[in-house]
Amino acid sequence: MVGYIVQRILAAIPVMGFVALFVFLLLRLTPGDPAAILAGDTATPEQLEAIRESLGLNDPIFTQFFRWVGQLLQGDFGTSILSGKPVIELIGDRMEPTISLALTTIILSVTIAVPLGVIAAWKQGTLIDRFVMLLSVLGFSVPVFVIGYLMISLFSMELKWFPVQGFRPIGDGVGDFLHRIALPTFTLTLLYIALIARITRTSMLEILGDDYVRTARAKGLPESRVLMRHALRNCSVPIITVIGIGFALIISGVVVTESVFNLPGLGRLTVDAVLSRDYPVIQAVILLASLIYVVINLLIDIAYVLLDPRIRYA
Amino acid sequence: MSLLDIRNLRIALDGVRDADVVKGLDLSIESGQTLCLVGESGSGKSLTALATMGLLPPVLKAIAGSITLKGENLLEASAARLRDLRATSMSMIFQEPMTALNPVARVGQQIEEVLEFHSDLSLSARRSRVKEMMEAVHLPDVDKMYASFPHQLSGGQRQRIMIAMALVMRPQLLIADEPTTALDVTTQAQILSLIRELREDQGAAVLFITHDMGVVSEIADDVTVLKLGEVMETQGVDDLLRRPQTDYTRALLRAVPSQVPRPPRDEQSDEVVLSTNALSKTYSGGGWFTKTREVRAAQDVSFSLPKGRTLGIVGESGSGKTTVARCIMRLIDPTSGTINVGGTDIAMLSQKDLKPQRKKIQIVFQDPMRSLNPRIEIGQSIIEGPLNYGTARDAAMARARELLELVGLPASAVDRFPHQFSGGQRQRIAIARALAMDPDVLVADEAVSALDVSVQAQVLDLLAELQERFGLGILFITHDLGVASQICDDVLVMQNGRVVEYGPAGQVLGSPRQDYTKTLIKAAPGRHWDFANFRPFAEAAE
Repeated sequence: MVGYIVQRILAAIPVMGFVALFVFLLLRLTPGDPAAILAGDTATPEQLEAIRESLGLNDPIFTQFFRWVGQLLQGDFGTSILSGKPVIELIGDRMEPTISLALTTIILSVTIAVPLGVIAAWKQGTLIDRFVMLLSVLGFSVPVFVIGYLMISLFSMELKWFPVQGFRPIGDGVGDFLHRIALPTFTLTLLYIALIARITRTSMLEILGDDYVRTARAKGLPESRVLMRHALRNCSVPIITVIGIGFALIISGVVVTESVFNLPGLGRLTVDAVLSRDYPVIQAVILLASLIYVVINLLIDIAYVLLDPRIRYA
Repeated sequence: MSLLDIRNLRIALDGVRDADVVKGLDLSIESGQTLCLVGESGSGKSLTALATMGLLPPVLKAIAGSITLKGENLLEASAARLRDLRATSMSMIFQEPMTALNPVARVGQQIEEVLEFHSDLSLSARRSRVKEMMEAVHLPDVDKMYASFPHQLSGGQRQRIMIAMALVMRPQLLIADEPTTALDVTTQAQILSLIRELREDQGAAVLFITHDMGVVSEIADDVTVLKLGEVMETQGVDDLLRRPQTDYTRALLRAVPSQVPRPPRDEQSDEVVLSTNALSKTYSGGGWFTKTREVRAAQDVSFSLPKGRTLGIVGESGSGKTTVARCIMRLIDPTSGTINVGGTDIAMLSQKDLKPQRKKIQIVFQDPMRSLNPRIEIGQSIIEGPLNYGTARDAAMARARELLELVGLPASAVDRFPHQFSGGQRQRIAIARALAMDPDVLVADEAVSALDVSVQAQVLDLLAELQERFGLGILFITHDLGVASQICDDVLVMQNGRVVEYGPAGQVLGSPRQDYTKTLIKAAPGRHWDFANFRPFAEAAE
């Protein structure tokens, strides 16, 4: 098992290497000279040359790449062109809101969606099933920003239950944190409830027709036991996959929600960086997002082995 | 009073009038007795068993009659009452022990779960009871096996686990639905003797469902024959096999392939259409960091098949017989050796050079339900191959119509889809599809194993007729020695990827030299009975 995990981690290294190379080349191949952007419109050729020299842009491209990777490995992601702060600090500041929102959304979605999917499959064709399916169609088809503004106008403006926007770190008090993050979570969660409930229902339906579910019933087990231990356990692999991918999608795709609710998260940082061509920040954000995908895939692979003994450690 | 008494049972599609699939069935079993329920697919034998357990699929309902277990009518029992009775008073084991066990739960726990819900025993008491039961079904190394997962066990061990699970609460009724059909003959013989042994130890009644008359002759006290949901007759096993009362039962018995090898035919041709020399296939896997164990699926397999003859490859699962078939078809690439088809060695040809050779050798697979594309009309399926070799569409379609008539189907069937045909008809279509390529060699990989015995006999007759007509060389892969005896000129016995014995059928199956062949023949159920003549072989010899 440990050997398997080590092997998976080792296999992730070349993947990250390719991502780094891609990000690096992306920057070099983009039209425009980073030195010119840094120096601004009024720089003299001597100033430009000085900047190039200090950034190492005159060195061969391989030297530049390996130097950059070396800096990355020491945690040096460069300095933001826009704010002049180290990129690592910027990202660090913005991580908490994004991770918090991703976690609350996934936890809430799973708690609601998995039981819904199980019940819908168990009671296939009944009103409950149709209601769950309707909900999931809604969740898929209404854009996140529409739901967001609807939530704000209903729960903030009309009922005044929740603040319109903003974020409080969890360190400032759990109550305040939850109060502020509730609306964005509800907004994002609908899509993930739809996704997870659907995949749960489909997998459950398939497995409820399997022979070993019939065996479990032939043993005289109560339905709850048949559903939870014999059916749900066996469809945990596709469900876990969707949850993992969903989590990664939230982290790299919360741009809209963060904009609507004015959350100071990674999404907003990315938008600002792209608009102002802040290359070091863009690079770092892409690298971070890739790293998150790789790590989540790794966790999913490990979960497979834990959940299904037939998947071998190979 | 009987332990189980079923009276006038009718099962129908829910909400559909006159759609009875079981039509007024009567049967009864006494304690300590085995009743075999025999019939072909669609006879309603499994549905009767599921109705007894209260496990009919939701689209089916028992609409009339009674199922009485120890005086209690199960059709009127509540869901909770049925749950209490399952495992304690009645248990069921199924055909395919791999799919019937939960793949992600340890087998010991799956048995223990029965005790958890049906007894007051403590966890440690439950564990030791489970281990006792596992020993009673003769599983080895019980402590280790308790913690194993189903995929780590052999087919026979899995079925033993199922039996242990079914009998751990000592129910008075055991329902066994084709429990040995998915197992090898040697394993089948062991499981049958285990069921007999436990029936005597526990005094239970057994309702044994099977389509195999050989199995019936081994295990039954009484036999009920079903056809399309109706009881044809019920008799003691000896009476039924000697003096069947209905034409249907007689036809069923006549269709059972005899274990006596066919008389040798005159050598018709010296022309060898297919031969292999030292054919081997080794699987070695592994990724960047690991290397998995090598598996030698086939080793040094050499044979030759003359025009117009049939060579049988027989063996149990894992013997390598299907690997050989796939190598010959070049569906997988052999590791070494030669495959000579009509004078060309195709073993190592590239896909491009292989293409002109492919039409010489065609295959019919085991399961006709899955080997035809369900969304393509069968005419299209048949002409796809010829079109690929440049035949004009009209000509190919005309040929497809001819072929369908040749295999006993109407020419108009070209416009229909596979689901509109029965299993036997589909296998005829698969044969027509193979013949459309005008092959010299037909590989039949367990081509009749999924069919009912009467249909199986018809398909075997068809193959013999086509062989006569086209001079086909047939490579017939089967686990069923009866079928092999009936149609093969030569037989090759495989075990663990190696050839054990190879020679004329009369010699290999009639007077085998190798122990393994002898074991196989001895394990075949019903080998003492000459079913087609309604008497044991011993009497025929007198």
